[in-house]
Amino acid sequence: MTTIPILDERRRQIFQEQDNASFAMTCDRHSVAGSVSQRACVFCGSRVVLYPIADALHLIHGPIGCAAYTWDIRGALSSGPQLHRMSFSTDLQEMQVIFGGEKKLYGALCELIAAYRPNAAFVYSTCIVGIIGDDVAAVCRQVAKEQGIAVLPVHSEGFKGTKKDGYRAACDALFKLVGTGDTRDIAPVSINILGEFNIGGEAWLIRKYYEQMGVQVVSVMTGDSRVEELRRAHGAALNVVQCSGAMTFLAETMQAKYGIPYIRASYFGIEDMAKALYDVAAHFAAEPCIQQKAEVLVREQVAAVLPELQRIKADLAGKRAAIYVGGAFKAFSLIKALRLLGMQVVLAGSQTGNADDYATLREMCDPGTVIVDDANPLELSKYVIEKQADLFIGGVKERPIAYKLGIGFCDHNHERKIPLAGFEGMLQLAREIHTTVTSPVWGFVPFRAKDGEF
Amino acid sequence: MLLRHTHPEIKPRSALTVNPAKTCQPIGAMYAALGIHGCLPHSHGSQGCYAYHRSALTRHYKEPVMAATSAFTEGASVFGGQANLLQAIDNIFTVYEPEVIAVHTTCLSETIGDDIPQIVSKARADGRIPEGKYVFHANTPSYVGSHVTGFANMTKAMVDYFAESNGRKNTTINVIPGYVEPADMTEVRRLASEMGIATIVFPDTANVLNSAMTGKYKMFPEGGVTIAQLKQSGSSRGTIALGTLASGSAGLAMDAKCKVPCQTLNLPIGLHDTDLFVDALHHMAGVNVPESIDLERGQLIDAITDWHQYLYGKRVGLVGDPDQLLSLSRFLTALDMRPVYIATGTPAGKKYEQSLRDTLAGIPDDVQVKVPGDMFLFHQWIKNEPVDLLIGNTYVKYIARDEDIPYVRFGFPILDRMGHSYFPSVGYRGALRLLEKILDALLDRKERDCSDIAFELVL
Ligand code: SF4
Ligand code: SF4
Repeated sequence: MTTIPILDERRRQIFQEQDNASFAMTCDRHSVAGSVSQRACVFCGSRVVLYPIADALHLIHGPIGCAAYTWDIRGALSSGPQLHRMSFSTDLQEMQVIFGGEKKLYGALCELIAAYRPNAAFVYSTCIVGIIGDDVAAVCRQVAKEQGIAVLPVHSEGFKGTKKDGYRAACDALFKLVGTGDTRDIAPVSINILGEFNIGGEAWLIRKYYEQMGVQVVSVMTGDSRVEELRRAHGAALNVVQCSGAMTFLAETMQAKYGIPYIRASYFGIEDMAKALYDVAAHFAAEPCIQQKAEVLVREQVAAVLPELQRIKADLAGKRAAIYVGGAFKAFSLIKALRLLGMQVVLAGSQTGNADDYATLREMCDPGTVIVDDANPLELSKYVIEKQADLFIGGVKERPIAYKLGIGFCDHNHERKIPLAGFEGMLQLAREIHTTVTSPVWGFVPFRAKDGEF
Repeated sequence: MLLRHTHPEIKPRSALTVNPAKTCQPIGAMYAALGIHGCLPHSHGSQGCYAYHRSALTRHYKEPVMAATSAFTEGASVFGGQANLLQAIDNIFTVYEPEVIAVHTTCLSETIGDDIPQIVSKARADGRIPEGKYVFHANTPSYVGSHVTGFANMTKAMVDYFAESNGRKNTTINVIPGYVEPADMTEVRRLASEMGIATIVFPDTANVLNSAMTGKYKMFPEGGVTIAQLKQSGSSRGTIALGTLASGSAGLAMDAKCKVPCQTLNLPIGLHDTDLFVDALHHMAGVNVPESIDLERGQLIDAITDWHQYLYGKRVGLVGDPDQLLSLSRFLTALDMRPVYIATGTPAGKKYEQSLRDTLAGIPDDVQVKVPGDMFLFHQWIKNEPVDLLIGNTYVKYIARDEDIPYVRFGFPILDRMGHSYFPSVGYRGALRLLEKILDALLDRKERDCSDIAFELVL
């Protein structure tokens, strides 16, 4: 077996078959100093959640880099305004680092609001703002008063936790918007879709399904959303929350304050997609036709994609996949989706899973599957080789590693260009996997790295 | 209209940057450090910065980009990052086994005021740095300068830490290639070796960020300047530093530290600046320019004369990094084109701006130069009076699409096309490639727009 050095601190973040059954995964912790982690920061988490709000101003208070790297890279589509695709930065200079950046922030906000008349503004604090101690909240309050729009501070200083804390900071900001709009025309059978960011147009698909069932979608948080719909989100009867981490906080606070219950959902893979629709139908069981409509929809949609899925499965059966994604919930869905295609998952990991997530992951996976938390590239490549994976599903930093190893790759992060959610999405995912796994380019690989070679 | 929110009326802005034409220091430092063989760049700060830098470089090169982080938490931001860096050095040498760790700071560690040399010497005293391995550093606060500054600082740190004079002069010549692509670094070396000159090129990202697919994953690819070469660079006969902003400070440091005379030139982009580079090599090494190089030069001139009629008077807008913009402007004016709008996000200084303006002095049009500026302003200029061609990084494509202007990708980052890491844009061959791209863009547009009658087979 290949050996690579693994820090003692990290041993409990990797689970393998020979480990004993009482193994408790260590996770939910900060990366070790000196690691080549694939993770990002608090600010990144907040940016992910809020960025798709297309008619809001997103001002990044900090030095230029934090803004430059997040300029239109998330692929969250808007059907209307494109204001969120611009990059606004206070571009802090040495003077402000010494004397404070509040004045510059105030000036920037006023200039931007005057120029664009956005419906709300979000101000993201980056690390340095936390150190120099600008009172961002006070500046926001003042500008809000003067300009008459919501100006919301997002406390996303990068060092104050992990990406998950960034989700929370974003939810805090969103929560201030919720409850300020008019809810009178909202139907009793209505939902908010939380944690769906419309990458590749996925929110449009999912919204369409629910609407076909006769469920009103009050807001999508935050894919292709507008400030106005977020304001009235508290009028919905149910929150449907996607993903383990990103927006559960908001669902919880909305439950506490407005009594809106929430359920979890995943839209990836046929099984989970259907369940997401049925669960909502079950919640509105008092309205009989909803369940019925859901059944019809699922039946039609599945019938439409199944024949081709079967054909694809014939080629993919027995192939092995490695999954390394941001949140564990996505890994769950992907495992099911890959099973549907006859593939076997040999490595499953996430950047931000918690103990419960990893317990579930272990239960779901076949014996022998390696499970990792916050892995580094050496670990990932070691297990990919050892387990002879044919496919890697991951994000931007994993793609070139997979290609260097000579195996197929599928981006299931924000660089996916087509919807992979929903029933159509499952078919697209299957096609994409099929294309990459069966591509003749892997025939050009000089040789598959054998065990022990790095 | 993706940039529909850009309005043509130009108002002075004091407090903000919109659609930046630069990014922050550490990414430049990381890129430079990757040009050392067996080097793991290390970001001394919190986890997000380096994740962004790695992702951005990965998107540009489509290659794995390795770096480590001190992973600051709240504690580190209050008490300083010494403990984090010490632990990081330990862990990196245990797990990843690089030859050298190149530490750069971030805004956060700079503001806290961590003293990196002190921490590194403590690490050495504690025996955390294995025999024969190295840790060196550059300060890269992003609230000063830009990614170009970070590149320059890390390149200078290579001199400060490693270059040493052995008391004699070797026949080698140091070439500091500037913030250019791996293929460009290969090209400057090739030109020199064509003249029979042995060079030490640093940094050198060739075969690091454009490495071959082998079926193996290598944390440290084959390429990069070695520490041994960096040490020897102090005994070279001379140094040619290409690009004042990216390479100038390293060249001067080498002169000051090891008495290796340095000549700072423009990046060898285009005919004249390549001539100057070849000439400098010729004088410094005391060798003749071989016929093979005369041939390359002659071919470039031949192509220019063959096609110049399609270039004459074309108005061009350029966004990018200062060293590139200066040489490119000189090349474009030599082609009888008119670079009328030029913006860089990097604060390159008055002297730089003056040389740029001097280059553009002969252009009859209203010329706009902004140093430092951003792409929003650049777009506003275009809205007020359009250009025939845009040259810049991938972010320029929004403007190209909205304003329907032919566009050549050039600079950093390029996130959506291939080629930049394989084909040089420096040297005579690089100029030939730029010429080809410019002509393709202009002529494709001409043929798209012209009437059936004017549509010609032969151009
Ligand atoms: S904090 Fe500084 S170093 Fe980090 S990404 Fe932002 S600008 Fe760059
Ligand atoms: S400075 Fe902080 S907020 Fe900005 S990218 Fe770095 S870790 Fe994230």
